[in-house]
Amino acid sequence: MSETIPHAAPDTSPPSRHRATTARRQATPTAPRGRGRRRHRGETLVGLAMTTPAVVLLLVFFVVPVALMFGLAFTNARLISPRPAEFTGTENFTTLFGDSLFWASLRNTAYFAVVVVPVQAGLALVLALLVNAKVRGRNFFRTVYFLPVVTSMVVVSLLWRFIYEPDGLLNQLISAMSLGAWDGTDWLNNPSTAMPAIMLMSVWQAVGFHMVIWLAGLQTISADLYEAAALDGASGWRLFRHVTWPGLLQTRTFVLITITIAAFSLFTQISVMTQGGPLDSTTTVVFMAVRTGYEQHATGYAAAVSLVFFVIVLTISLVQRFLTREKD
Amino acid sequence: MSHTSTSRSRHIALTTAVVAGLALTACSAESEGSGATTKDGVTTLSLWTHNGGNEAELAINERVVEEFNASHDDIKVEIESFPQDAYNDAVTAAAAADKLPCVLDIDAPNVPNWAWAGYLEPLGLSDDLFDGQLESTLGVVDDEVYSFGHYDVALNLVTRRSTLEKYDIRVPDMDQPWTAEEFDEALAKIKAGGEYAYPFDLGTAGGGEWIPYAYSPMLQSFGGDLIDRDGYTTAEGVLNGPEALDWATWTTGVVEKGYAARKSGADATLDFVNGKTAIMWSGSWAAVPVTEKYGDDALFLPPVDFGNGPKIGGGSWQWGLSSDCPALDAAREYLEFSAKTEYYVDYATELSLIPAKEEAAAEVPDFAPDGRFRDFYDYASEYAVLRPVTPAYPFISSTFQKAYADILAGGDPQQVLDKAVSDIDTNIQQNGDYEF
Repeated sequence: MSETIPHAAPDTSPPSRHRATTARRQATPTAPRGRGRRRHRGETLVGLAMTTPAVVLLLVFFVVPVALMFGLAFTNARLISPRPAEFTGTENFTTLFGDSLFWASLRNTAYFAVVVVPVQAGLALVLALLVNAKVRGRNFFRTVYFLPVVTSMVVVSLLWRFIYEPDGLLNQLISAMSLGAWDGTDWLNNPSTAMPAIMLMSVWQAVGFHMVIWLAGLQTISADLYEAAALDGASGWRLFRHVTWPGLLQTRTFVLITITIAAFSLFTQISVMTQGGPLDSTTTVVFMAVRTGYEQHATGYAAAVSLVFFVIVLTISLVQRFLTREKD
Repeated sequence: MSHTSTSRSRHIALTTAVVAGLALTACSAESEGSGATTKDGVTTLSLWTHNGGNEAELAINERVVEEFNASHDDIKVEIESFPQDAYNDAVTAAAAADKLPCVLDIDAPNVPNWAWAGYLEPLGLSDDLFDGQLESTLGVVDDEVYSFGHYDVALNLVTRRSTLEKYDIRVPDMDQPWTAEEFDEALAKIKAGGEYAYPFDLGTAGGGEWIPYAYSPMLQSFGGDLIDRDGYTTAEGVLNGPEALDWATWTTGVVEKGYAARKSGADATLDFVNGKTAIMWSGSWAAVPVTEKYGDDALFLPPVDFGNGPKIGGGSWQWGLSSDCPALDAAREYLEFSAKTEYYVDYATELSLIPAKEEAAAEVPDFAPDGRFRDFYDYASEYAVLRPVTPAYPFISSTFQKAYADILAGGDPQQVLDKAVSDIDTNIQQNGDYEF
């Protein structure tokens, strides 16, 4: 990733901080003569032109909605209403913190994240190590593990809904394997099994994506290191512990943060499979916000839910960034 | 890379960026399909329907439009259809962007909310146009007619004469519907017989608006309701009173005694004709497949009387006029044309829906006074209770859906209903009682 810049000042910082390097590079006059500078300005223009589409999209679909959310959260705005929204101060938040549904949603979201993040990251790493081995047909396995990722989550949720039905595939399997000794339960309508059932299918669906990320990380570790370690007599676990694991530092951070954010935004599975039930055992913050905003038309209240959620996710991401920062 | 090619690529990049920016602004500035346009003396109206993918009904919509267009030189109606699942969202989005079509169909319970929001214009058609119209098929808000429907549907208990005879159960009729006790005994007898997976199919596989449509009539028959209809400002005492608690207890009882599945099969009608269930709580739309299978053995019985008479939901899809429409007169002309009795007859004949007009019913063999489906017409005119005519309805509906799911899942009925009431009351209060 790092580029060598001959004319830059001697640089002691690690290459990954090349944003600072670039900034410094722009600050140093590259060439003394005007023509070069003109070309430089031209490059800046081209660069700007090229970022425009992305910037416009970010503005329209991210910055503006976030700004609106901050504004609407303090009003009683409705999706459909003849009245203008009125400023209600913190009333939405007072209602929110007294709403048992909100606490249930928060609890479930946390529960889901706490289980899914380590399980999915760990399983993805195991799969990546397996398909990274030089065996025949590894491309086939990579494809198989990756298939659910490219399938629409709605489709996957519908399929698993059939699997989890009282007389669905899973229960048929259980009774066949146990020779009729065990009967499964109605997985999605049982408050104690609904969330674990959704966790299982979510991990199954998304694990392939993170497997690919881990794979990319594994490919970056130089083979020399393995050879050297092998010469020193390391094998198996110690090889992994002292060569692979440290080499995956960057990848680890990326995987951790992306899974965390994805886990927190759990919505599709809930919407298709359980609608937040039974007895609020699977309601999540995003599901609550969507239901409140679109089904119940309470835009202001939904914005308040989203705002609280935004703050929580931002905090967690920052903490993760801090914990996984590169220690100089 | 030579100098010219650099500048050219730069040029292209800049142009692209500018074009992209312009395209985005164009998207937001261009007012597309704002209901009607007039060109060369011809007014073109847009009409939206929820029948995308529902070919039989869409064909009738299209026929009405074609015949109207053929008989008018100066007005042309253009029909646009959406899949039903996305329809309400499309309308809400269009309304927020002031891009509603002139004429649109609306699910009856949404009419008051949209009228209150200022999306709809009163129809402003002469009253005698709707002589003999079923009450449940007119959207009346504050004494103004905002919508009318060509048809309605009716809930009923579907079963077979042979089943009732076999278990020695009285066949009820409108003069003497089943009482709660009778119904309970009937279910117990059938369950004891052991030939069905479940004696009763509540139809709980459905979701969305089906929940209040199907189950609030039972609540009303017990004496409760979704909201106190005296003023529509609170649900206290009606949705969480003793009657409502009886209803909730009965509902969970049916499941706990094993009379009905906690969650029915995805296709209740299919389960019924396959002999998995003995009695099914369903709508008149099941009449055709059930009759095909069982012929004269099929029975479509009035709902159980839980103490306050049998009750069913009322109101299906209806036609309305958007207040955005720049050509109201032309749109009214179309609506008046579409309200011909012959079109009522077409919907009823081709879709087996209850004709919303008495004179139309007389012309449809199935629904004429001695027709095989006449009972549905009578149920619709006798038992129908409109879903609460209040702008709060979307909120009430959503809250009730959740409450019903929680009760079925074994939640404490009183707690669940109390929470529903406090949510509804808070919502009404926050919206200034939804006053017009």
